[in-house]
Amino acid sequence: MPRRSRAFAFQLAFTVLVSAFLIVPVGMSITAGLTANYFQGVKSGLTLRWVGEVWRLYRETIFLSMTIAGTCLALDLALGVPAAYVLVRRQSRLTRLFEEALVLPVAIPGLATALALILTYGVYREFRTSWVFILVGHVLFTLPFMVRSVLAVLSSIDLRTLEESARSLGASFIQRFVGVVLPNCRGGILAGALMVVTLSIGEFNMTWMLHTPLTRTLPVGLADSYASMRLEIGSAYTIVFFVMIIPLLVAMQLLARPRQHAAAEEPES
Amino acid sequence: MSSAGVGIRLVGCAKTFADGTRAVEPIDLEIRAGETVAVLGPSGCGKTTTLRLIAGLEAPDPGGRVLFGDVDVTDLPIERRNVGMVFQSYALFPNMTVSENIAYGLRVRRLPAAAQRERVDEMLAMMQIGELRHRRIDQLSGGQKQRVALARALAVRPRALLLDEPLTALDAKLREGLRVEIDTLLRRLGMTTVYVTHDQAEAMALGDRIVVMSHGRVAQIGGPRDIYFAPASRFVADFVGTMNSLQGTSRDGALEVTGGRLPWRGQSSGEVEVLFRPESVTLVESAEGSLTGRVLSSFFLGDRTRLVVEGVGRAPIIVETAASREFKAGESVYLKIDPHALLVLDR
Repeated sequence: MPRRSRAFAFQLAFTVLVSAFLIVPVGMSITAGLTANYFQGVKSGLTLRWVGEVWRLYRETIFLSMTIAGTCLALDLALGVPAAYVLVRRQSRLTRLFEEALVLPVAIPGLATALALILTYGVYREFRTSWVFILVGHVLFTLPFMVRSVLAVLSSIDLRTLEESARSLGASFIQRFVGVVLPNCRGGILAGALMVVTLSIGEFNMTWMLHTPLTRTLPVGLADSYASMRLEIGSAYTIVFFVMIIPLLVAMQLLARPRQHAAAEEPES
Repeated sequence: MSSAGVGIRLVGCAKTFADGTRAVEPIDLEIRAGETVAVLGPSGCGKTTTLRLIAGLEAPDPGGRVLFGDVDVTDLPIERRNVGMVFQSYALFPNMTVSENIAYGLRVRRLPAAAQRERVDEMLAMMQIGELRHRRIDQLSGGQKQRVALARALAVRPRALLLDEPLTALDAKLREGLRVEIDTLLRRLGMTTVYVTHDQAEAMALGDRIVVMSHGRVAQIGGPRDIYFAPASRFVADFVGTMNSLQGTSRDGALEVTGGRLPWRGQSSGEVEVLFRPESVTLVESAEGSLTGRVLSSFFLGDRTRLVVEGVGRAPIIVETAASREFKAGESVYLKIDPHALLVLDR
């Protein structure tokens, strides 16, 4: 089958080429961050010195990003899960409108949202200069991802009947929400949570408008280092970002197929 | 475990939904303590809404009242009515094992752990599903889910058991078996039970009494035999079992129909429509004093043969006979109809 193997070879070559096109810059960037002198190349020696420099110069941005991502997640959980529940249980024109409106901050450029926030709330100096100002932007941007993710799971189960059967067994609203609703949308909550944290840590274009010199997040710091530091430091900073974000992305992929996993692990009795 | 349960009364209960649909016209219904009542009707007749009114999942329109024994529970939500409910889809909790599902009602009632375990064991034994206790819900077959749903509903020692088409989702063979099991269980428990179904065979087999509903109204309440042999209306007659109809003219103590004459002691003259069941007909050998028809088609059912006969009356009639011989299409048959089995009902 020469024709078929030629087609296969072509496809393989194409795939490798495309992958390389995307992966090589990542590798270059990582190498640059670990090389003593990028212009002399790897032969100048490998070092963690630049990573150390990043830690010294920018660790505040890492902590702030983590604080904002964590708080943003907490708020998204507190707002998004109940919102998704209400959207599923009370389907009306109003809730559909709400669902659409919720997605607007994703559709509108982050710069525009940020500008609107500054125009409206910029006069409150305390608020404007605190990291909570950035947090508000992040919640606006990430909330729809949490709601959508939980909504997808809740819509796929017969929530109403499950709740009715819990009620018939004597469960109060709190008991059935905690004991029946939440556990049955756990997959959606987890997937949404990872998405929210990932997006919040990586969010740049809105944050760039909202930050002050004292409230810089990791991506804002990255931009600063690229603009004003040696190439090695900027690249080392990228490595730090990878270390933070890649475990989250992997966890998200694993969560995307929880059912097959559970079924495969379950012994047939 | 044998708790008689509580008598249930619906007084003037109607249900109008928010969009203006009247699901149930004002109805009065009395279910005696320990009795199994089957609520039977086609889809959209209001039977499930009636069950939900009893359960407390729906509130009746103003003026309607629901009583458990002598207590007015109209304003009591389902959480506090202490009823056991089984849904058509079973509605088992996918996040819990079989045991956890059965224990759920006990857990929310904060029963001590030891008492919970004991009750769960009792339920597992009663439903003969002990080996399933650690299974997850998605590992169960339809019949097993049904048993778990019953065990879960009964574990809380409810005052009444409410079943909403519990066998509809199962295949025919399994349905038959579970019907017998549920019947045995209900007899043993003596639990007040309301069983909603659109399957008349299920209603006849399980109900001490049957409530036939149509368009949100009660069409008839009675024992299975009353419903079958003395239907109160054309609707009940047609919905429960097979019913034949003959148009005839009453003259000189006989009813003249296409294909012959029937002895008749009813209305003295004029057009009459009579109804009768397929099994009220006997095949006879001679044409003397009988009706003559032609076999249109025949179905051998094993224990009996079902014939579709034309030439008697205007439309073909259905006849059942124990005769095991073969019937050929076009063959002439002579029929006698039990005169006591003839019914006259208003349209």
